[in-house]
Amino acid sequence: MFEILGITSQALFGQLLIGLINGAFYAMLSLGLAVIFGMLNIINFTHGALYMIGAFVAWMLLNYLGVGYWWALVISPIVTGALGVLIERFMLSRLRDLDHLYGLLLTFGLALIFEGLFRQKFGSSGLPYRPPAELTGGTNLGFMFLPNYRAWVISFSLVVCLGTWYAIEHTRLGSYLRAATENPALVQAFGINVSRMITLTYGFGVGLAALAGVLAAPIYQVNPLMGSNIIIVVFAVVVIGGMGSILGSIITGFALGVAEGLTKVFYPEASSTVIFVIMAIVLLIRPTGLFGRSS
Amino acid sequence: MDKSAMLKVSGLQAWYGESHILHGVDIEVRQGEVVTLLGRNGAGKTTTIKSIMGMVAEREGSISFNGHETINWPSNRIAKAGIAICPEERGIFSSLNVEENLLLPPTVQPGGLSVEEIFTLFPNLKERITSQGTKLSGGEQQMLAIGRILRTGARLLLLDEPTEGLAPVIIQQISRTISRLKEAGFTILLVEQNFRFAATVADRYYVMEGGKVIDEIDNAHLEQHVDKLNEYLGV
Repeated sequence: MFEILGITSQALFGQLLIGLINGAFYAMLSLGLAVIFGMLNIINFTHGALYMIGAFVAWMLLNYLGVGYWWALVISPIVTGALGVLIERFMLSRLRDLDHLYGLLLTFGLALIFEGLFRQKFGSSGLPYRPPAELTGGTNLGFMFLPNYRAWVISFSLVVCLGTWYAIEHTRLGSYLRAATENPALVQAFGINVSRMITLTYGFGVGLAALAGVLAAPIYQVNPLMGSNIIIVVFAVVVIGGMGSILGSIITGFALGVAEGLTKVFYPEASSTVIFVIMAIVLLIRPTGLFGRSS
Repeated sequence: MDKSAMLKVSGLQAWYGESHILHGVDIEVRQGEVVTLLGRNGAGKTTTIKSIMGMVAEREGSISFNGHETINWPSNRIAKAGIAICPEERGIFSSLNVEENLLLPPTVQPGGLSVEEIFTLFPNLKERITSQGTKLSGGEQQMLAIGRILRTGARLLLLDEPTEGLAPVIIQQISRTISRLKEAGFTILLVEQNFRFAATVADRYYVMEGGKVIDEIDNAHLEQHVDKLNEYLGV
């Protein structure tokens, strides 16, 4: 145990850990948003609601079908991603040639509908979801106590984020995605079904949100409002990182989670506003975000 | 249809929104030929090849490729049938490096050139393989735009103004490349305003004006029609 500026290492690293956990969720959610914005040019306000649905699917799998956490990690992103595919196919695809505002309004409306339906069915007090038995308990690192589940969330999120970044920046499929972001008509004329690729990309982005939802379920309670609580911060992360920037979303997500956690230690009053203060400063200095490219 | 006609376009009309651009284009390209669409700016040359490629949403008439009617096909299906386009603005992707740009179009048929063969045609590309696509010079970008469609196995190449804005020495290199592609059995439909360049490679010329073909000239009779061509092109 040691102290910095009168703050114990337990308190400091405890908040740092919470910051990293929040950062992991910010990174995964903003990554999905960045992928969707990059490809579809849609500001997806449904993203928070789909994160919430991901958590609820895990809860329902456990309570209705007896399917546990590990399978939920696989099934929930697929089920929620399939819902995303339907949303893209039957709704968003019809707005492709219209102004951004229409997509924004549609996804905002859908988010309100999803939230309303889940509140009607499950109330808004939150439902408990236990972490898997393999990840209960924790490890004493000497300077702090590290709960196993939280260590798992941070490392797994990091692997998923870096895997997604690698797939987009260093694979053939990723080059199709990047090229289609620039000039979809030409990519289509090379023989690639861009329309299908857009639908699947949306489904993938939604699947990432659902995966974050499953990871979050044992930490926060499963709550119909969990999406709307986090989505505004995630949008701030995307703006700070640079709209559409994959690596920007990941780095900014984790960094802002940590910044928020450290603010809680040193100046708790500012902890809920620090991200928005950073956003305002970044927008003043670099309107395209830290990692964004000017068009 | 002529047995050897690979592409036959009849009564092709096309629109961009309210603007009626093509008013009944009729052209034919035979297997192994290099055919050039000549005409002034706004004559409808680019719209014609974009329509053949399925890149113009509103089009009517008939486009027959190897006996298949493609007028209602989406562009990805047309590409898979064996037509490839090198667009006017080159279409190099800035978020991709040279190698990624080169490997982007998927193989649609066997018989395309290997990457090594493309590097033999365009040695500059090999030296700049890791550079960002849009950091290349205009000539290198044009080589990349042509090179990447040679990989796909497409047998009909639509080249839209490949010499636009390039230095004479690069134009000569592109001329040699087109001649080699012709020898290798590729069929090429070329859009050009540079008649001197087109004369070095083309078998036949269609002259377009106001969204229609107004004349057809065979390369063998070119000398006799030079004055007329100059008048058409406003030279």
